[in-house]
Amino acid sequence: MAEYIIKNGFVFDPVQGIKGEKADVAIKDGKIVKDVSKSAKVIDAAGKTVMAGAVEIHAHIAGPKVNLGRIYRPEDKLFTCTATKGIERTGSGNSIPSTFKTGYEYAKMGYTTCMEAAMPPMFSRHVHEEIRDTPIIDEGAFPVFGNNWFVMEYLKNNEVENTAAYIAWLLRATKGYAVKVVNPGGTEAWGWGLNCLSINDPVPYFDITPAEIVKGLIEANEYLGLPHSMHIHPNNLGNPGCYQTTLDTLNLADGYKAKNKFGREQVMHITHMQFHSYGGENWGNFESKATEIMDYVNSHKNLTMDTGNVTLDETTTMTADGPFEHHLTGLNHLKWANCDVELETAAGVVPYIYSPDIKVCAIQWSIGLELALLAKDPMRCFITTDHPNAGPFTRYPRVFKWLMSKKARDERLNTFKNADKVIAASTLGSIDREITLYELAQMTRAGPAKSLGLANICGGLKPGMDADVAVYDFNPDKPLADPEMIETAFSRAAYVFKSGVQVVTHGDIVNIGNKRTLWVDVKVNDNPQVMRDIKEKFLKYYSMTQANYESLGHHFVPNPLALEVDATQV
Amino acid sequence: METVTITMKNPPALYLEAEHICPDEFAGKTTAQIAELHVYEGNVTSTLGKYFEISGNAGATAEETKIVVKGDVKKVKYIGMKMSAGEIVVEGSTDLYAGAWMSGGRMQVKGDIQAFAATAMKGGELIIEGNAGNYLGAAYRGDWRGMSGGKILVKGNAGSDVGMYMTGGEMVINGDVDVHLATHAEGGKITVKGNAPGKVAGQMVEGEVIIFGTIDVMMPGFKYVDDVDLEIDGTTAKFAHYIGDTGERHKKRKGQMVYGNLYQKI
Repeated sequence: MAEYIIKNGFVFDPVQGIKGEKADVAIKDGKIVKDVSKSAKVIDAAGKTVMAGAVEIHAHIAGPKVNLGRIYRPEDKLFTCTATKGIERTGSGNSIPSTFKTGYEYAKMGYTTCMEAAMPPMFSRHVHEEIRDTPIIDEGAFPVFGNNWFVMEYLKNNEVENTAAYIAWLLRATKGYAVKVVNPGGTEAWGWGLNCLSINDPVPYFDITPAEIVKGLIEANEYLGLPHSMHIHPNNLGNPGCYQTTLDTLNLADGYKAKNKFGREQVMHITHMQFHSYGGENWGNFESKATEIMDYVNSHKNLTMDTGNVTLDETTTMTADGPFEHHLTGLNHLKWANCDVELETAAGVVPYIYSPDIKVCAIQWSIGLELALLAKDPMRCFITTDHPNAGPFTRYPRVFKWLMSKKARDERLNTFKNADKVIAASTLGSIDREITLYELAQMTRAGPAKSLGLANICGGLKPGMDADVAVYDFNPDKPLADPEMIETAFSRAAYVFKSGVQVVTHGDIVNIGNKRTLWVDVKVNDNPQVMRDIKEKFLKYYSMTQANYESLGHHFVPNPLALEVDATQV
Repeated sequence: METVTITMKNPPALYLEAEHICPDEFAGKTTAQIAELHVYEGNVTSTLGKYFEISGNAGATAEETKIVVKGDVKKVKYIGMKMSAGEIVVEGSTDLYAGAWMSGGRMQVKGDIQAFAATAMKGGELIIEGNAGNYLGAAYRGDWRGMSGGKILVKGNAGSDVGMYMTGGEMVINGDVDVHLATHAEGGKITVKGNAPGKVAGQMVEGEVIIFGTIDVMMPGFKYVDDVDLEIDGTTAKFAHYIGDTGERHKKRKGQMVYGNLYQKI
């Protein structure tokens, strides 16, 4: 394999504590190394910013609900098609791009590892077929557990060991990466026309509460010692006053400690916090509670989170929070699609326009930025747009601009149609902090990698790690003449390496690399009861056989990277 | 105003996608530059000059540019797409998406046009001397934002799904229309001087539809209110006034429920 040396760039690597010093990054056989031979190809990064490839911790980029969005929103493809160019295939879609466009766009921004945030277990084959067709980026997928019949039945009786054995079986069957929880209990309640809006609302029939599901899944996750923690989209998303439910949910992690061999320190990752940080009683007195939320997160080291920044675009919301999507279509009266997944989950899809002229949307925008700017530990607060829910992932560079330049975000804040009311509803206007490049590397590289249990593989530039490297046309030594330079530079990386293969040159795709699927292979002791329960559920309830359920072999996961966990000795 | 005349001299074997036949694209260009604008014939990218003879001069801006399209352009799509100003005259008939997304200017087609003309039109004026196809002034596939402004006049008949998701603007059809007129409309005004077979204004929540001829079957969601006198083009006549679609959600304005209004000449 080729050798490269990226010379004289300004390197930002939180893993090694390098804060913009001029340094060389050497690549050999797909890994970062200390030295390379004289024949190594030289990449001149003088005057440029060098970081590890970015890590996406939460996005909806593959699977049935993403595809449902593509199918029922042909207008999202209007005027957004990209033609064949070099080795690039055609692409389409803005908020829900086609698989190829998804891979290219992430790579062009310097992202090299991305997590699909909600995989319905029964449709894991569909998820993996789309992942396989998304070039360049390494991907993993989180199967959803928070409304799963097995989980609710076991946890109702406090059977953590059985829950753990079921998780281990399901991760292997679906080639899943982590334990995802979406509106615990609420999506199952939706099947009965109800919802769980607090952590103590009982789930109909199952007679269990969201709090019990969450605590049980944290315990099972730590029992197994999985690379990532329980990853939660809490109850009561998106409603005025929902921050109280969020604080209640965060409090459930109290007293738990991470137990794993991957260097992960948190026991709960809370996703798209922006949607969970709302105060007020109605849309009229809707306001930010980011300060309260961040006070809690800052003082609890066993939590990590991502922001879910609103980008002020027309987008497509999609979530396994079925009742929320029904609620949303009642608010904006745009078309709604719902998809039930037997025994496991459900999903809904609704287009949404985050208009800068609408007060609530502008406050949502403020909250997302406020959260990131109030984070004391950038290694525990990551930047996402919950793609495509708060905005398309292609807007990351714009979010970086708002976070890194007070001038840029104040310009936006002060020119909203209802600027006075928007400014009064959050503390954003009074925050002077500007995220530094080092902090950006923490929030988009080292932090999410560590939270995912990938700290030894990606998110840094330490010798021995995968050679995922992004070089940006951005000179940190020069005074920033115009904040737009941030957005321009991070939109199209000068060079990107994925596992040592140069995949992007001057913003163009030059190689589709060696894309891998990340999954977690857990060994547990034989558990005849759980195996019998699984067999029985397939016979009694599932509309498919167990043999047709699993994502097996090279067809679905042609190039796997399995993280192995041995939970037989616990 | 300067005029560019383009004459079909080498008709395509397949349908030609020619969204650059538009004053905004021609403005400020020489005939040689106009000839270089790209078109698609199937999956082959080609130039306008391969199919058309181009003469005359374009103005400096779209406002000052008039395009006259001569010859057989029945197989040419997207003429006048996204035009914002200026003028287009098509001497014959043309294919899909004529004047789609237009926001200003004036486009006149002396023959017929096919479906999706004036899709999501925002402004300007479209005049069709012959017949119009389906989805005139409608929303793009999947979209909920149809024609929102401007004026359309069809001197002949129009097809089905005319004015679907229309939110504003005005449309006059001198002849008959087919089914699904003004479906989902949320504004705007459509006048049909001829007949409408049925499914008129289904799911309409706001706006105005006036039918001079017959409606074979009235939608069950429409409720008769009263008879009114309307003055249209200087002549006053009596119309039966219906409101609807009562099966839909309706906005309130100043405490009053807003409905779609349907008038049928008695």
